[in-house]
Amino acid sequence: MREIANVTFSNAARSVLRAVAFVAVAALGANGTVYAAEGEGMEPANVRVDNPASLQRGARLFFNYCSGCHGLQYMRYSRIAEDLKLDEKEVQASLIFTGAKIGDKATNQMPQKLATAWFGKAPPDLSLEARAKGSDWIYHYLKSFYLDPSRPVGWNNTVFPNASMPNALWELQGLQVAVKKPAEQGHESGIEKLEIRTPGRLNADQYDEAVRDIAAFLTYVGEPAALKRTSTGVWVLLYLAFFTFIAYLLKLEYWKDVH
Amino acid sequence: MASDAVVDKGRRRFLTATTAVVGGAGVVAAVIPFIKTWEPSAAAKSAGAPIEADIGKIEAGQKVTFEWRGMPVFVVNRTQAQLDALPKVDPLLKDPKSENSDQQPSYAQNEFRSIKPQWLVVTGLCTHLGCVPDFFPDLKPEPFDPEWKGGFYCPCHKSRYDMSGRVYDGVPAPANLSVPPYKFLDDTRLMIGVNPEGAA
Amino acid sequence: MSTTFVRLHPRNKTLGWIEDRLPWLSFLSAHTAGYYAPKNFNFWYYFGSLALVVLVNQILTGIFLTMFYKPNALEAFASVEYIMRDVDWGWLIRYMHSTGASLFFVVIYLHMFRGLMYGSYKKPRELVWIIGMLIFLALMAEAFMGYVLPWGNMSFWGAKVIISLFGAVPWIGDALVQWIMGDYLPADATLNRFFALHVIALPLVLLLLIVLHIAALHEVGSNNPDGVEIKDKKKPDGTPLDGIAFHPYYTVKDLFGTGFFLLLAAFIIFYAPTFGGWFLEHDNFIPANNLATPEHIKPVWYFTPFYAMLRMIPAKLPGVIVMFLGIVVLFFVPWLDKGIVKSVRYRGLGYKIMLGLFAISFVMLGAVGAGVTAEKIPEWFGPDANVTTIENAFGRFWLIVYFAFFAFLFAYTRFFKEKTKPVPERVTTHA
Repeated sequence: MREIANVTFSNAARSVLRAVAFVAVAALGANGTVYAAEGEGMEPANVRVDNPASLQRGARLFFNYCSGCHGLQYMRYSRIAEDLKLDEKEVQASLIFTGAKIGDKATNQMPQKLATAWFGKAPPDLSLEARAKGSDWIYHYLKSFYLDPSRPVGWNNTVFPNASMPNALWELQGLQVAVKKPAEQGHESGIEKLEIRTPGRLNADQYDEAVRDIAAFLTYVGEPAALKRTSTGVWVLLYLAFFTFIAYLLKLEYWKDVH
Repeated sequence: MASDAVVDKGRRRFLTATTAVVGGAGVVAAVIPFIKTWEPSAAAKSAGAPIEADIGKIEAGQKVTFEWRGMPVFVVNRTQAQLDALPKVDPLLKDPKSENSDQQPSYAQNEFRSIKPQWLVVTGLCTHLGCVPDFFPDLKPEPFDPEWKGGFYCPCHKSRYDMSGRVYDGVPAPANLSVPPYKFLDDTRLMIGVNPEGAA
Repeated sequence: MSTTFVRLHPRNKTLGWIEDRLPWLSFLSAHTAGYYAPKNFNFWYYFGSLALVVLVNQILTGIFLTMFYKPNALEAFASVEYIMRDVDWGWLIRYMHSTGASLFFVVIYLHMFRGLMYGSYKKPRELVWIIGMLIFLALMAEAFMGYVLPWGNMSFWGAKVIISLFGAVPWIGDALVQWIMGDYLPADATLNRFFALHVIALPLVLLLLIVLHIAALHEVGSNNPDGVEIKDKKKPDGTPLDGIAFHPYYTVKDLFGTGFFLLLAAFIIFYAPTFGGWFLEHDNFIPANNLATPEHIKPVWYFTPFYAMLRMIPAKLPGVIVMFLGIVVLFFVPWLDKGIVKSVRYRGLGYKIMLGLFAISFVMLGAVGAGVTAEKIPEWFGPDANVTTIENAFGRFWLIVYFAFFAFLFAYTRFFKEKTKPVPERVTTHA
């Protein structure tokens, strides 16, 4: 392989490519943080979409706690059943609360005008939330609500300050409050940390897992074809590697003529 | 500059052929997803899903039209008189025993062409060129047939079908009206578009 | 003429009948087996054929996308999700098209750099270069319009910003902007006409230009990494001494190159289709919203160097002019560069340094345009750093370097004695 590299790359090419590669890598890294910058350099949530059990739990949690306000307007129930390996009757019984048919999309029925009047901003559809903000953002967002009497809904969020959303999962997480830093002269005190004042039904680890499951489910919803994509990719890459090798042998044979 | 050494033509032919075959296989594999995009999408499949038909209010002798996959589906509550007349027209039909298996699932391959004799379920499209036939349920002489025993008459090219949707001899239509897959959910509800469990 | 036209006589009778009336096989043969190219093509010579590969991909996947996409403001975004979810294998067609668009620019930038490096724009190949530059312009327009079609938030705001640049034109600017949009802001009218331009008008223009580009090349013959004219020395049979028939030698080599390229492309399509947000931007998964600009608005990566040029100039019209100049100046390279030696291999040290700096300036300007510098500056210089000042200094420095290359070329090849190395008589190979 090195022979090929030495033979096909001139010195000028190598140095240019090295410079480009350096910037590309730096930029890729940079863009990664820009992506998560909505939440200031977050720790990865380790969300996985190849775990059907996690996705099933996430689906159940989503439809029970979130679907009252948030739709998944591009996601068909029948596709959820197929990909999460659930029986269609099971999905109809435990995930569909709107009278929709199994082949329908999981739209939210809340009238937009009323929703805006109630919340200030209509709860957005979440089909593509994971593609727009990232699974890490969703994970941290759902963990970062705290009680805030100054807000109309009584809750605030460190990841999305002044969000119009209450903590829909408070029964599971418990009641979380913000511990402020000691006040400095002339400055408003910032938040030092969040802590649970009244425990909910789940302990901290269980709640983390629940939120990870929801984030995983929403990541799946953002791109249902993801698993098919990666599994098909293996075969395509193997084939192309093989073809390139054969083509290389053919090239070498003909180029014996050239001196 | 061409080589002066001997060109191994056999090896070249072999490598060229191998590359062509491997490359060709790749091209075929690459074309398949493109062709598959033309299959009915999940949206089309959802819209074409089986429909529930409420037959509880259909009176004796009455026909109601439902829509499944964009096609009219006739559901007829046949009277005893209509059922009794069926064997009488057998000699006048092209396919009285419904031997053309393309036109109905196996559970409808009988005199009544249905699961329950009382209820006829057929696709309302003439098998000639696809017009929607008219319903002539009364057993009385008609301009197109003085011995009419009830059934369907297609105004486009004058094809006739009996009360089981079986096509008459001497008309342009080649086959009996097609029976779609269907099953009974209970006495007053059908599901059109799906066969009964364990059938057909 | 660098192509030898020989009339073929196929043995098959049907083929012979057609050939007598339309000599297509003879024509194809003349431009492949009858076209002699230098035998010392290296890595940098893959990108022309790879550009054709990407073009075919864009056309085929584009046609199929058009079968499912809905080109109106109400349905466009949803129709893309329909393709990604409901259409069998739609997600693959979409990813092939979006990845192909970015790879098109990777290939083209490398292809253009090859031209600069080896002096492929010099006489008698000036027209090949000019047509190539026209292809580049058409390609930028095609890519810009294509990016608007999904009607995501970046599609909308990208369209708004770029179209508003036309407002800088004196006197007619505002009317021009409204005329382009067909509305008071980018709207359904804009989307629909961009669809027509992207799907048929510009592809036809591109195809025509590409045919002319290759025709012009075949007329004068290919350059090579040594810049030696192979037509100057011929064999007794009339073919160049240092030339080899394009077919089978370069068809077989380009087949290998294509395989390797497809391998890289497949890796991206199947394992990193958004490429970290560089090929499919996160903000474009949010529907167009004329009331909310994305936090980090920027064009797609392949436009970022030119976008940086625009931003580095503090006034609108001069900024637009400088950005435009950054592209237009490339048209004039055959006349700016009066040097006799074609290839960088034998040119003076000054030229080598400036060419390297030019390449680096393009990448650095891209980093500025993409917002990478804006992000890295607080990291490297502390949170109190004045991002704008530092970024402007950095960006303007590299902007000057970019244009300095062309000024240098002009001065260096006319007034200063470029110390070139002796150019060999025959091409050099690695063997």
